[in-house]
Amino acid sequence: MKANSPWVFLPLGGFVLLAIVLASGLGRDPQELPSALVGKPVPSFSLPSLLTEETFTEESLTGRWQLLNVWATWCPTCHVEHPYLLTLAAQGVPITGLNYKDELPAARDYLANMGNPFTHVIVDSDGQLGLDLGVYGAPETFLINPQGEIVLRHAGDLNERVWREKFQPLLPAAKPVTAQGEGV
Amino acid sequence: MAAEIGHLSLWLALAAALCLSIFPLVGVYRGINAWQWYARPLAWVQWLAMTVAMVALGYSFYINDFTVSYVANHSNSALPLGYRISAIWGGHEGSLLLWGWLLASWAAMVGWLSRSVPLEMVSRVLAVMGMIAVGFLLFMLLTSNPFDRTLPWFPLDGADLNPLLQDPGLIVHPPMLYMGYVGFSVAFAFAVAGLLAGNLDPAWARWARPWTTVAWCFLTVGIALGSWWAYYELGWGGWWFWDPVENASLMPWLAGTALIHSLAVSEKRNLFRAWTVLLAIITFSMSLLGTFLVRSGVLTSVHAFANDPTRGAFILGFLVVVAGGALTLFAVRASALRSDGGFKPLSREAFLLGNNLLLLTAMAVVLVGTIAPLFFEWMDLKISIRSPYFNGFFVPLTFVLILLLVPGVFSNWKRQDGNTLIRRIALLVPAAAIAGWFAARIPEPSPWQGVLAIMLSLYLILAHGDDVLRRAQAYNVGLAAGLRKLGRSYWGMVTAHCGLAVMVAGITLVSFHEVERDVRMAPGDEVQLGDYRFVFDSLDEYRGPNFDSTRGHFQVFWKEEQVALLHPEKRTYHASRQVMTEAAIDAGFWRDLYVAMGEPLKGDNAWAVRIYFKPGIRWIWLGALIMALGGALALSDKRYRRQKFASTQTGAGQ
Repeated sequence: MKANSPWVFLPLGGFVLLAIVLASGLGRDPQELPSALVGKPVPSFSLPSLLTEETFTEESLTGRWQLLNVWATWCPTCHVEHPYLLTLAAQGVPITGLNYKDELPAARDYLANMGNPFTHVIVDSDGQLGLDLGVYGAPETFLINPQGEIVLRHAGDLNERVWREKFQPLLPAAKPVTAQGEGV
Repeated sequence: MAAEIGHLSLWLALAAALCLSIFPLVGVYRGINAWQWYARPLAWVQWLAMTVAMVALGYSFYINDFTVSYVANHSNSALPLGYRISAIWGGHEGSLLLWGWLLASWAAMVGWLSRSVPLEMVSRVLAVMGMIAVGFLLFMLLTSNPFDRTLPWFPLDGADLNPLLQDPGLIVHPPMLYMGYVGFSVAFAFAVAGLLAGNLDPAWARWARPWTTVAWCFLTVGIALGSWWAYYELGWGGWWFWDPVENASLMPWLAGTALIHSLAVSEKRNLFRAWTVLLAIITFSMSLLGTFLVRSGVLTSVHAFANDPTRGAFILGFLVVVAGGALTLFAVRASALRSDGGFKPLSREAFLLGNNLLLLTAMAVVLVGTIAPLFFEWMDLKISIRSPYFNGFFVPLTFVLILLLVPGVFSNWKRQDGNTLIRRIALLVPAAAIAGWFAARIPEPSPWQGVLAIMLSLYLILAHGDDVLRRAQAYNVGLAAGLRKLGRSYWGMVTAHCGLAVMVAGITLVSFHEVERDVRMAPGDEVQLGDYRFVFDSLDEYRGPNFDSTRGHFQVFWKEEQVALLHPEKRTYHASRQVMTEAAIDAGFWRDLYVAMGEPLKGDNAWAVRIYFKPGIRWIWLGALIMALGGALALSDKRYRRQKFASTQTGAGQ
């Protein structure tokens, strides 16, 4: 190291940059992530189904209150969350799955083995819809009203407490609109 | 009452830490000997106060004092006593208290074991550690007091400790990890003290080195424990997830590993002085950054504590003061640390420099991958970074690291004759390649990366075996006597490097030869996995102290011979209603058999069952333990045992 070499300031400069990036993340809670899309309709899309021959569009997400759950087999937290999704589904809460950047055979096996809480599963292999929705990682869960507008976005796992504290207060009645009988 | 005593002790500790960070330093600059002398007693007072606080919190857990909100949130009257005690560090506030207590303990130990270090240096080092303690105590007292009361409306029973943390592995994992994190504060304090003094001779490196090695050993064991815990407790058989919090522990480990090696150069050759100081600062800053990432709520993680922006702002501010301050001091003073004496491009110094650059590159890869989500957010991009990114960098970096490690061990300080080096390696490479090629055939044909990794592992082990024999023979007293003459620190290096080889072999085996099967099974069903047959015998239910459990009974046969009985469970914890998977594992040196209950399926008692065959997975943690053992061996070297003569020792065999 030469005397008075400007290099000695390099670590300090690098650290200042790092601190700025960290500070920019501070006000933000990744569990909340107030998506710019809250109050806006779901972006338009046209994507295949995981388990049937159907094609889904943004129209498929209208007509009733429902959850849109972003999941994948590579996501450890999704495994943790899965039993609770099954519980919700058993209570009659309609949940549409968005299989995000996943391998399809693995995803089908996963649902066959672990149980399927979803009324439909939309396949988003290249993550385009996820990108439009501002998905940050999996799992994420969106609450969508009958007009097909996003009411709430929750990043991280869905559990009893989150459901009681964040989702239920936003629903019109104590019990959400019942599923219209179509199972997969 | 205990909570108030604990709270008061924290303020007392803060007062001691404040005095510790001011008086000894003033004493040094004003030349007041008595004020310098106060450094050690103040460190001990601080330790005593923190110990009282720890005991007070432990006592509150012991008597189930649910008027203390931390106890109410992390314990339950039905929780077994062992877990009630380990619940001290089961949440944010309590784990901070553990951090603070360990910091005070390290400071007290430094005060106690530094008789041979000049008083001026001890005063500076303890003062820097006192400043760090001030920051942590303020953080605790202002934003995260573990002794806050819930009065007047306190709950009748507690919310229970997170079931994931109700596990023997988790009793020891955080203390080990924190011992490592906090231990690096000693190296940091020595670095800053050296910069303040403007004097970093080889003695400086000799004082700082054993402390750094101890911290590194603890961190190594702590990370391995965490990985082991994730493997058996999370229920899907992975051992590393590149989760932000895992990364937070890996970054100081990588920097700390670089630091250990660079300290060796600074001690033996009085070179790399500025670089070593910088590494010491980076290593501890990474420990603090880890704390920031876990507690600020900036990143999502399975480990994340309650997210709170005020806490995040405080730690970030603290990080800026500590790391920013130290780096500024470095920028001002580093020019004074010109290294005298040089080395040739082919020498042990050069290879160790390569080692340092590779380890720091690896650390940068983890750092970028971990905070990239923030960065992308800034640029309004939504990109998720997952294991392919980390593995894509880590595998080649490790390969190059191992390739360069061996010539580094073979080389002399100062300069190494190229021809001799090439002759030694020329024999080794084909030997390792042939042995590795055959070894990699044994389980089943591997992809080339797997074969290459096994070859590299054997290359490491053969090279060290060769080196041990050569050095022992070089004493010319016969092999057995020669082996005894080799120093402990040399044995430590050999052991730690072999630990790396074992770990790489384990990672390779499990990555390329594991078999994972998710199947639907009802009692009576069986599944064949290679040579192993898993039979699901029956299902029953039982009641634990604070949970209900559904338990499966499996028999495992290997070619008609029963080799294991496994009892995986699905537990529902009463207080939190959380459902936990308790995997059943038959652990073995060569392979693990792993059964976990997934979800109950429709139909007669059918379950989704995860059945895994994991060859070599134990070697990953075994390798880490061997590495830590290597560190411990190096610490037991005689030059640390007889400190009075330390200044004249140069260390045999290095």
